[in-house]
Amino acid sequence: MLAGSGTTDGFADITNLSAALNDTAEIALIALPMTLLVVAGQVDLSVASMLGLSSALAGALWDAGWAFEMIVPLCLVVGVLGGLLNGWLVTRVGLPALAVTIGTLTLYRGLASVVLGNKAVSDFPEAYAQWASYTEPVPGTFIPYPIAVFIVLAALAAVVLHCTAAGRALFAIGAQEDAARFAGIRVRRIKLVLFAVTGFMASFAGIVYTLRYGSARADNGLGLELVVIASVLLGGIDFNGGKGTLGGAVAGVLLIGVLNNLLTLNDISSEIQVIVTGVLLVASVLTPRVIALVTERRDRRAAAT
Amino acid sequence: MSDTLEKPPQQPSGAAPDGRPEPRRSARSLTDMVFRIRELSIGGALVLLILGTYLANPGFLDDQGVQDLLLNSAILVLLATGQSVVVLTRNIDLSVGSVVGLTAFACGSFVSGTQHSALTVVLLGTGLGVLCGLLSGLLVSFGKVPALVVTLGMLYVIQGVDHVWAHGRQINAANVPDGVLELGSGSILGIPYLPLISAVVLAATAYYLRAYRSGRELYAIGSSPEAARLAGIPIRRRVLAAYAFSGAVAGFAGALWLARFGTVVADAANGWELTVVSAVVVGGIAITGGVGTVWGAALGALLLTTIGSALVVLKVNPFWEQAITGALLLAAISTDRVVRSRTTEALRKRSRN
Repeated sequence: MLAGSGTTDGFADITNLSAALNDTAEIALIALPMTLLVVAGQVDLSVASMLGLSSALAGALWDAGWAFEMIVPLCLVVGVLGGLLNGWLVTRVGLPALAVTIGTLTLYRGLASVVLGNKAVSDFPEAYAQWASYTEPVPGTFIPYPIAVFIVLAALAAVVLHCTAAGRALFAIGAQEDAARFAGIRVRRIKLVLFAVTGFMASFAGIVYTLRYGSARADNGLGLELVVIASVLLGGIDFNGGKGTLGGAVAGVLLIGVLNNLLTLNDISSEIQVIVTGVLLVASVLTPRVIALVTERRDRRAAAT
Repeated sequence: MSDTLEKPPQQPSGAAPDGRPEPRRSARSLTDMVFRIRELSIGGALVLLILGTYLANPGFLDDQGVQDLLLNSAILVLLATGQSVVVLTRNIDLSVGSVVGLTAFACGSFVSGTQHSALTVVLLGTGLGVLCGLLSGLLVSFGKVPALVVTLGMLYVIQGVDHVWAHGRQINAANVPDGVLELGSGSILGIPYLPLISAVVLAATAYYLRAYRSGRELYAIGSSPEAARLAGIPIRRRVLAAYAFSGAVAGFAGALWLARFGTVVADAANGWELTVVSAVVVGGIAITGGVGTVWGAALGALLLTTIGSALVVLKVNPFWEQAITGALLLAAISTDRVVRSRTTEALRKRSRN
């Protein structure tokens, strides 16, 4: 980030900063529950589809003349229901989360196109669109409202993960599920709640997305699930579960956001941005491995002499 | 407690009455068979689906319909075969879709306007695929990095490289040599080449996994990496080989993609990685490794393609298509899971008395 402000004109500009932050809003919001899920050794690939479903639903209802104040809670309820379905299939039927959420990824995206077809609904009320845009930040700061919501929720999630018994339970489940069960942790209940929270956040992100781009479409956020997972993994969360910090995940999200913004400001095409994201992802997991290997070898050599 | 897995009737030294073990053994072998042949349920679902669609619209199974079905599923079956081998070792390869896109485009720009033969194109595609597979495989097996992370990273890198290279251009069928296009559209005895090729690759892979020691070792690695390590199985080499194979198949599929469609854009096969993984999972290969056959994966791929075609033939509103596919996918994996846990339970009960 420092390198960015030194080398690129306009990066440190307040407006650009809030735009860059706001561009990561949906990824950041979904990354929070995703971090908790991955720490518990689970994953949810259906988040981007839920985002699309929530967006499509909002569009269809708005088209049908509903009040926006009614649409939002309904979308959030649908998100929770979707999350509960994921959680139910994982905890009651006993299927692996990856398999379940690949199925619901297809299902929810399909429902989105059932609800809205290939229409686009765009005439949302001005007041709400402004709420989600970076041009009208929280008074007195440069922080757009969606990011302000994210900051509050991130603080909450950090406290839950690192300072409460429930948070420690997540690490325990991720590290050794059977041991966690024998230790009296209600593994199923916790997982179910986690998936429900993830569904809720994904549908909330869907509303933010819809307002930010001023357009409700069934294919909104297509493929976003892999970006969210990439940024969580980039933040050092171990995909095998049991390890990681919420701060790391937030840093991962910011890194991808800042990087994309820098590359855009330097007129580097979005294709290169995709490559950079991929390389970073591999490098971020490979570097600690290489460092460990090198130090191990050096220690062994030191011990031999 | 520890004797539950052994055969209890053998322990009372031959004094057991002759009549008792007989029916029990046949009952056991029946459940055994259902338990072992997991492809049975998915094959049954496929037959039901085809039959139902045929009854509703006989046009579904005319010559053209069958040929379309075979052609549409050929590439997915091929990719599912490669993916199965990787998933069996408790890994995953999310980069296959992007490899198909890259090789299809690479092969396309290589042959554009020339008269190269189909064989050259296939070799080029396969070679390129092997390189991509080896890169992922090296990172997974020697870098000991989680497969999901590596192949997700590779997905982005390959996709990006492909887009930069293609830069909005596209390969047109008019520039692709006839020999290559013939591979995609020609047929022997009315059966198109593509499904024949997929069937050969599938059968060879199935035979290898079943009959060769190194093939069995892939299962061992998937079911318990620690035990496989203690048994002296060269895990790294085997996992690397699995990725190289998956890459080779994906590259091959890319060449066939060019042959089939002729017109190729940079993001051909974009997003296919999850379809391929779905096919494998529906086909009964455990995502946690060690269980399943490539036949099942191929059936899964066939089922997914047939669902798509059936919905078109039945004139279902196209907006519903994806939702129905998703619901059926969930139903398939849930049913499989429930049936299997019931069978396991039944087997356990029997061995207890």
